[in-house]
Amino acid sequence: MGTISLKNINKSFGSTEVLKQLSLDIQDGEFLTLVGPSGCGKSTLLKIIAGLEQQNSGDVIIDDKNVNSTRASKRDLAMVFQSYALYPHLTVRKNLETPLKLRDYSFVERLPLIGNFVPSRKEKKKSIDDLVFKTSETLKITELLDRKPGQLSGGQRQRAALGRAMVREPVAFLMDEPLSNLDAALRVHMRSELSELHNSLKTTFIYVTHDQAEALTMSTRMAVMIDGELLQLDTPSEVYNNPSSLRVAEFVGSPKINTFTAQISSDGSVEFMGIKLERKFNTNIQKALVAVRPEHLEITKDSNKPAFEATVSYRENLGSDIFYHVQVDQSDSKIIVRGSPQAGLISNGETVRISPSHAEAMLFETSGERIR
Amino acid sequence: MLARHYIGESWKHGLLIIGALIVLIPFYMMVSMSLKSQQEIQSISGGLVGAQEIQTFPVCTKHGYTEEVCTMRPYKYNFWFAFKKAPIPRYLMNGLIVTVSIFLIQVLIALPCSYALAKLRFKGREFVFSMVLFCLLIPVHAIALPLYVMLAKAGLVDTYAALIIPWTISVFGIFLMRQFFMTVPDELIDAARMDGMGEYSIVWKVMLPVAIPALLAFAIFSVVAHWNDYFWPRIVITGNRDLFTPPLGIREFRGGIDSDEFGPMMASIVTVTIPLIVAFIVAQKRFVEGITMTGMK
Repeated sequence: MGTISLKNINKSFGSTEVLKQLSLDIQDGEFLTLVGPSGCGKSTLLKIIAGLEQQNSGDVIIDDKNVNSTRASKRDLAMVFQSYALYPHLTVRKNLETPLKLRDYSFVERLPLIGNFVPSRKEKKKSIDDLVFKTSETLKITELLDRKPGQLSGGQRQRAALGRAMVREPVAFLMDEPLSNLDAALRVHMRSELSELHNSLKTTFIYVTHDQAEALTMSTRMAVMIDGELLQLDTPSEVYNNPSSLRVAEFVGSPKINTFTAQISSDGSVEFMGIKLERKFNTNIQKALVAVRPEHLEITKDSNKPAFEATVSYRENLGSDIFYHVQVDQSDSKIIVRGSPQAGLISNGETVRISPSHAEAMLFETSGERIR
Repeated sequence: MLARHYIGESWKHGLLIIGALIVLIPFYMMVSMSLKSQQEIQSISGGLVGAQEIQTFPVCTKHGYTEEVCTMRPYKYNFWFAFKKAPIPRYLMNGLIVTVSIFLIQVLIALPCSYALAKLRFKGREFVFSMVLFCLLIPVHAIALPLYVMLAKAGLVDTYAALIIPWTISVFGIFLMRQFFMTVPDELIDAARMDGMGEYSIVWKVMLPVAIPALLAFAIFSVVAHWNDYFWPRIVITGNRDLFTPPLGIREFRGGIDSDEFGPMMASIVTVTIPLIVAFIVAQKRFVEGITMTGMK
């Protein structure tokens, strides 16, 4: 079992409030990503779950037990850190053994020299050796067991750190940006490995990241946190396609979503950049924001489609996609449009007609609330 | 252009060479005098090792040894007579006992202190740390008298305890290790806590092994300071020769009837200096690492 629920967590450092009345229910066996920009309190939240940091108020409940006053080591959670935090003076094998020894050995058995003579230790040592071996096989680090962390590459250290977390078979894994120290190619590779690991272990994963790509690719559900508040908790596709507020829409998705000011007439029809949306909204505000993702804007030559004109100012060619940064002619706002390389490159300075895909336009209040 | 560059560099080297000579010449004199005979020392002749002629030494016969025993080469005589005149092995042993005990107790106290000051959050931490810095400013000589009075009242004068106790809390050690622990990532400590270690286990099983280079640097400072210390042993060891540390032992060679015999005196000094030099050579690489690492250069 590995259900974790947080109830009204508050945390402040001095006068800065880091977490504000945050509640979150994490289901058994899910891969939950806490995602948000730097400084949004996601790492602090993870530390509160781990017991490394104490909340000012609120409850942490693991498997229906309130663990507010339980020490970190007794919560049966394992954590993987950004810097791996392997013991630098111990071999990988010893690193993996440490949490098991601390959990299974009695005080006397842990003593150097004397411990060797306690008869019960032999049996425990055997089971520890087996567990370490099993884990190292799963992570394919068996041949690295006798090396020290300093002799390993970034990816190998990452695996060793995962191994140290796995050997204890904890109720949940807590991961604090574990991939951000790796180079780009390895990071993408480890993403799929972590997902596979989650599928085979079926343990709860709580994964903190500022990289929305990691959140979108790996998680069963993602929790978007900004400024110490939980803004949306849903599956990655829901969060991406149906954000609850403009802040979520702007944070999730790369490149960033485009926003336009829009007028709403009394019958509920929405008009922006001279284009009328087909859908009508039931609202009585007059001014709002329309947000459209770059892939839902199209560069068109068809003069029948409703469109607005803009000038290309910068071009990002990613191979499979090209993103055009364009300057909208009637205003000073810059937006980003996705184009396909098949359609041919458009050079900087050219004027293009841009047409939005109506179904995908989202409407927000100027304060950022979603209008549905 | 190139020639001017070399001229510009050479005066720096010249200056450094002069500096090196100023440091090295006393050592040269010490080694040379410990090998030569009294006449050669006084007439400043014989180069580094002297002629090494077999001769009979008058101071030796004055001490009641037969002429046969007192006839040998100067280098041999100097060292032989130094060991005859004073129990040098005993002094070296005392030096070892005192410096090692001081260092071990200092580490025992400084590590938990500096860990707490660097990594634990508690009320008054900054105040305690500023007190540590303040204590760094107190010269030993200023508090020597009250310390002596305390030890005397406790009946500890003329014991090993008097040599060791005043030095067991090293604020310099606490400061040095605290600065080093500040550079240890918090994540390592958090990881240890997640693994189930208590705070003392973290100090001894995680921080201590990580801090070995810094500890070695501190060891050199501590051991050199207390091995060479003359002031404090001179105060608390009033009469018992069995407790003399090496610097007190060397003092035996001055004064008295043969006070002007430099050979054996220098031989004893060489004997006392050698352990430190050997230790330095062995730990040299680590030592330089430690000093550059702690920013103490």
